[in-house]
Amino acid sequence: MKLSELHKGDRAMIKKIESSEDLKVRLASFGVVRGSELSVEACSMGKQTMEIMVDDTLIGLRAEEAKEIEVEKL
Amino acid sequence: MDTIKIVLAGQPNVGKSMLINAMSGSNGLKVGNFSGVTVEKTELCFEHHCHLFEMVDLPGTYSIRGFSQEEKVAHNYLLNEEYDVIINVLDSTHLKRNLLLTLELLKLNKKMVLALNMADEAKKEGIEIDVKQIAKIIGVPVVLVSANTKEGVEELLEKVHEVADSHERIKSNILYGDTMEEEVLEIETFLIQKGFSLRDLSNREIALRLLFEDKDLYKELHDEPIMMELQPLVFKALQHLYTHHDTKNVQEIKANEYHAIARGIHLETVRCQRNKGKKSLTKRIDEVLINKYLGIPIFLFLMWGLFQLTFTLGAIPMDWIDGAIGAFGDWVGSNISNDFIRNVIVDGIIAGVGAVLLFLPNIIILYIGIALLETTGYMSRVAFLLDGFFHKFGLHGKSFIPLVTGFGCSVPAYMAARTLKSEKDRLITLFIIGFMSCGARLPIYVLFTGAFFGAEQAGNILFIIYISGAMLGLVMAKILRVVVFKGEDEPFVMEMPKYRFPSFTLIWHTVYNNAKSYVKKAGTFILAASVLVWVLATYPNQPLLEQEYQTKIEQSSKEDVKVLENELKMKKLEQSYLGQIGKASEPFFAPLGFDWKMTVALETGLAAKEVVVSTLGVLYSIGDEVDENSNALARELKKNISFASAMAFIVFVMIYLPCLAASMVFAKEAGGYKYLVYLFVFTTVTAWVFSFITYRILV
Repeated sequence: MKLSELHKGDRAMIKKIESSEDLKVRLASFGVVRGSELSVEACSMGKQTMEIMVDDTLIGLRAEEAKEIEVEKL
Repeated sequence: MDTIKIVLAGQPNVGKSMLINAMSGSNGLKVGNFSGVTVEKTELCFEHHCHLFEMVDLPGTYSIRGFSQEEKVAHNYLLNEEYDVIINVLDSTHLKRNLLLTLELLKLNKKMVLALNMADEAKKEGIEIDVKQIAKIIGVPVVLVSANTKEGVEELLEKVHEVADSHERIKSNILYGDTMEEEVLEIETFLIQKGFSLRDLSNREIALRLLFEDKDLYKELHDEPIMMELQPLVFKALQHLYTHHDTKNVQEIKANEYHAIARGIHLETVRCQRNKGKKSLTKRIDEVLINKYLGIPIFLFLMWGLFQLTFTLGAIPMDWIDGAIGAFGDWVGSNISNDFIRNVIVDGIIAGVGAVLLFLPNIIILYIGIALLETTGYMSRVAFLLDGFFHKFGLHGKSFIPLVTGFGCSVPAYMAARTLKSEKDRLITLFIIGFMSCGARLPIYVLFTGAFFGAEQAGNILFIIYISGAMLGLVMAKILRVVVFKGEDEPFVMEMPKYRFPSFTLIWHTVYNNAKSYVKKAGTFILAASVLVWVLATYPNQPLLEQEYQTKIEQSSKEDVKVLENELKMKKLEQSYLGQIGKASEPFFAPLGFDWKMTVALETGLAAKEVVVSTLGVLYSIGDEVDENSNALARELKKNISFASAMAFIVFVMIYLPCLAASMVFAKEAGGYKYLVYLFVFTTVTAWVFSFITYRILV
């Protein structure tokens, strides 16, 4: 399942990240790595962006980036 | 006196600026730059225990391995510059994530102190941190501080002294994951058996660097005979790690390992008593502020409120300042007998500088608004809300930050664009920052809207001016994206910092510094420009013309004298140097309905936008007596300029080239003067076309 398919209030664990090298570094520095748990906190209109929480950090990301993150719903 | 050179490094939103303020403020010495987005490294000095502390504040970065401009600035500095101690500032409430940067910094092998900032906030949230244990694991001194309550600041300074004077490093006890540790041990044992050593590196460190594919180490080892035997060992170890981490990317493995360490340290040293069921305040505020439907209306309402406030609240002290300047001019005028000197001072300097100073209240309100946006954490939410919308125009949600900064001043805005990683996103943002009307253009708008609309309307009109400028900027961004800067988009991944109650000190510093530089500019640059404009408007002397009118005045009746006197002043002005310049360029602006005075004002505005107002002040200060109770210049404008011309003038001011200082920064940030030429052509053509349309519709 893709992160972008989740809805507000869902919780999930990250299985795989298929982003580019640069983006992986950025995500990792936010705590978004394989095995991290996340929850979806908010979605903007039309789900163009979503806010997730990982390790007490709130992160905003765009739907395109969320598509590259494979998760397992908890 | 000995100097200790300190570098402050830390992730964004950890309160570094506040901490610097707390550290140096106690000694009451020089304080540097306090902009919310620290893009350039800033420096300041102060004294502590007979040592001179030289502090360098690096931009906040999540990592020093990244590729954004800021990360490069931080990385290059840490790697190549000379300094004594690094203070790594961390947010106590987000220790796990902050430790990731600490681990990277440790690899630099420099003297370091960890400052766990926001200790008061952590305490409030029920977070307990075992500082001694962290110090033991990481091997550097750790201090709990709070820039807010100043708790621990003195201890931090002491620790910096100690570390700077010490020559030994405490051993670190950082443990990697089990698989990693096994492989490290195997290589380490082999190195010990061979009795190998390299520089001051421990065998464990060599093993780690080998596994993390440290290029420099491989280069060093390249010619060593031991490399032949090491190779198969490393090869085997890496194969194990690949299977364990399910990837062949060493950078990814490194990231995973660092995470495991940070998680481990966090588990071992942090106790959290927070009630898990209760939603944090930030989450509850986010429920409203980034609500799917309410978010954008709330944002627009806040913006509208800010501009209303700028006008209505700002109008009160403006009246006082206007009155005071008028009275001051009269008083000075009555005390100087020499005609020439009196004219220079009263009509040149006081009229010009006064016209600019008049707008100080508006500027202050606007800067308070922007500082509030920055320090509360709302700015990132707006980027989140607007990214979808911005993205359609080929912009990035993060472009919002430089763009909003642009409402204050274009100079920091151009620099703030460095947060954008993609070169194309950055250039597009740079090109449209000018469409966000800067604080210096505000006086022009306030002047014209005040003159041509009633007081109740002016705030709304001001809002419309700003919004339509911003909209036009977006459309231009789309055009640039489609026509000039085609290519891939930068991903949008951004931290949403915790909401914080704005710190009064930080806001005061930001606003005070900006207001100070505005007044300083009024007292120096604008003063000089005012005198220059006045001189150009007064010379060359025209004795023939004066004689002609003198005889006319003598021959005419009493009522006609005043009319003739004004006519003489007008004629003299038209034939002055300034008049000649204006007349020469008038044909270019005539289709827009501008007379030569407006033309001149626009041209002087290329130096600084404030000068537009002061020029108008000088040019229109001739003629009738000034009424003490109303804004004299506004009345003069209303009398002399048609509504259509005035609107066309506003439109032109909205769009055309930013001031000289901003243009220079633009050229530097964009990467060359050729871009400045593009910007000049781009803005001038757009300004002319839109101004022309406005004039033709209204006339």
